[in-house]
Amino acid sequence: MSSAALQNLVNQPYKHGFVTDIEADVTPKGLNEETIRAISHKKDEPEWLLEFRLQAYRHWLTMAEPTWPNVKYPKIDFQDISYYSAPKPKKLASMDEVDPELIRTFEKLGVPLHEQKALAGVAVDVIFDSVSVATTYKARLAEVGVIFCSMSEAVRDHPELVRKYLGSVVPPADNFYAALNSAVFTDGSFCYIPKGVTCPMELSTYFRINTQDSGQFERTLIVAEEGSYVSYLEGCTAPKFDTNQLHAAVVELVTLDNAEIKYSTVQNWYAGDHNGVGGIYNFVTKRGLCRGVNSKISWTQVETGSAITWKYPSCVLLGDNSIGEFYSVALTNHHQQADTGTKMVHVGKNTRSTIISKGISAGVSNNSYRGLVKIGAKAQGARNFSQCDSMLIGDKCGANTFPYIQVNNSSATVEHEASTSKIGEDQLFYFAQRGVGAEEAISMIINGFCKDVFTQLPMEFAVEATKLLGLKLEGSVG
Amino acid sequence: MTGKTILEVKKLTATVAGVEILKGIDLTVRAGEVHAIMGPNGSGKSTLAKVLAGHPAYVVTSGDVLFEGSNLFDLAPPERARAGLFLGFQYPIEVPGVSNSAFLRLAYNTVQGARGNDELDPLEFDDYIQDKLKLLEMDPAFLERSVNEGFSGGEKKRNEILQMAILEPKLAILDEADSGLDIDALRIVAGGVNKLRSENNALILVTHYQRLLNYIVPDFVHVIEAGRIIKTGGKELALQLEDRGYDWVAEEYRAKAA
Repeated sequence: MSSAALQNLVNQPYKHGFVTDIEADVTPKGLNEETIRAISHKKDEPEWLLEFRLQAYRHWLTMAEPTWPNVKYPKIDFQDISYYSAPKPKKLASMDEVDPELIRTFEKLGVPLHEQKALAGVAVDVIFDSVSVATTYKARLAEVGVIFCSMSEAVRDHPELVRKYLGSVVPPADNFYAALNSAVFTDGSFCYIPKGVTCPMELSTYFRINTQDSGQFERTLIVAEEGSYVSYLEGCTAPKFDTNQLHAAVVELVTLDNAEIKYSTVQNWYAGDHNGVGGIYNFVTKRGLCRGVNSKISWTQVETGSAITWKYPSCVLLGDNSIGEFYSVALTNHHQQADTGTKMVHVGKNTRSTIISKGISAGVSNNSYRGLVKIGAKAQGARNFSQCDSMLIGDKCGANTFPYIQVNNSSATVEHEASTSKIGEDQLFYFAQRGVGAEEAISMIINGFCKDVFTQLPMEFAVEATKLLGLKLEGSVG
Repeated sequence: MTGKTILEVKKLTATVAGVEILKGIDLTVRAGEVHAIMGPNGSGKSTLAKVLAGHPAYVVTSGDVLFEGSNLFDLAPPERARAGLFLGFQYPIEVPGVSNSAFLRLAYNTVQGARGNDELDPLEFDDYIQDKLKLLEMDPAFLERSVNEGFSGGEKKRNEILQMAILEPKLAILDEADSGLDIDALRIVAGGVNKLRSENNALILVTHYQRLLNYIVPDFVHVIEAGRIIKTGGKELALQLEDRGYDWVAEEYRAKAA
């Protein structure tokens, strides 16, 4: 492939608009130690963080891009990406320039106009609502000592906490994309719940307005001290666009004794057009460490977007009696590819994990569940239950399940159930005979299929997710 | 008493996977009537039911069907349901994770809403459906279970008649409504169907056996064989079939044709 073609690929703009001027101050493309020093310098970072980045980078150079995921895409030229001060997403002048299909989606989801503009990349003057919401929000969190800010702010204001925990769950050398992220991450979220505190509200990046451009290498760190609890929401159901095609985020969660983190994601990044052109490559490393006894980490995800999703939110159950949970709905349509699942690593005694995965494939998409349940030698009495269900819509899509089970302790109990079903003409005919059209029927069947996962989502998220799946599948059956 | 014509089938032929199953069906059903369609396996009984309801695997190759005077084939399957054509399934579909009440309410609101009736919210629907449940001696707990999932054969069939009760069709076609039922369940299902009959609606029973017809007494019995109706009689014909099987009817038909 020619370098011009690669450039097009990596920096593929959303197909409409983007005619206004590019903001100035663009650093050259490419990645080397100088680039990393420049990033660290511009962000005025302490020396230890620069070292962290450089070590990650040096390790990254020795690593190879993983080829084991069950996905296909052209090779990425990592020297053809701008890693800092990348051209800001070019703003559209007005909603008239936005893809009408996108606007229709916003309307169906009931997204307010000013949010529509922000999501579609249209210039917005001031978002009054969000500003005031964010201010009230911060005051309430400060009262109980919860820290919730951008990663850059955290490095500046709470360096000791960041230094203690950053990379403690996902080491910089963990995998190719985690190493890349550790070298070049630009921003993200930091959240700290002090001892004994139950966070008074659900935390959402949606309200954290100061890191709108956290970019393609996002870094999130959440620490729950002894006996604390937090529910964290990432993403939103409205489709989200970015001019950067490659996204490689890292999310780290840490729970100490008796603490709990509930992390919910609704991911609807741009998936490319109906012919599979464009779309985000979402290569994410998410991992939680149950460090303390009786602690719990629960991942719930609804993955509907991106051209390619490569993501395994995992739990390392170190503390005795700790609990890991993974509830997932992954939907692929058209040319989307997803290889997603989880890893549950049982280290402590009497640790428990639950995996409920629901994969839905439509169009010519490919959807794989990949999961690892590992019971360590010292994990006396550990238990796992896994259920992986796939649903096919139409006969041109694919579903795969790759469960890996490694048990090194004979007192452990591991259960795995799997099923594959298909929405076929007989089901749709049954609904039709009760007056119900195909789209409404599919929506109802899918929501039934996903019920065990949706009940884990915060209420308003669950309602939106239900609508979203229906929209994503529109027109997928003759 | 002659009711208004609800269904008129004329020289209907249809294929599935390229094979002709219906080879010229003629049938007229008027309001207030009960028709039984009997015949051996593979004769085309269930095919007729599915063709009328619009199953996509079946292709109509010639003939006409008028439903209340209009061309039935102008309507998509959901529109046929809204217009008042109901098919009780031999094998109702299971929908895991979807509560029966949510499914029934969606069906009610779609069909009754299309007829200009008010749509019901979950609480209103819960009130509304209590009488219908009693009609079929069904426990309200039934509403909270997933649609047909883990239902016994009898429960599935009762659930079909419950749907008939809430959708109030002009023409109900019940495909093997009695298969898999024990004698008590048969009495309940048949009792429910009888209570739903009126001068304004009509019923087609597709069945193998005479025993259902002891409970729901037909005005006409049609014998279908190799895609054609080869004999029509009154309720006594069903008894004769029970007694003597189908072969003599076929022989009589062939002798007449020769």
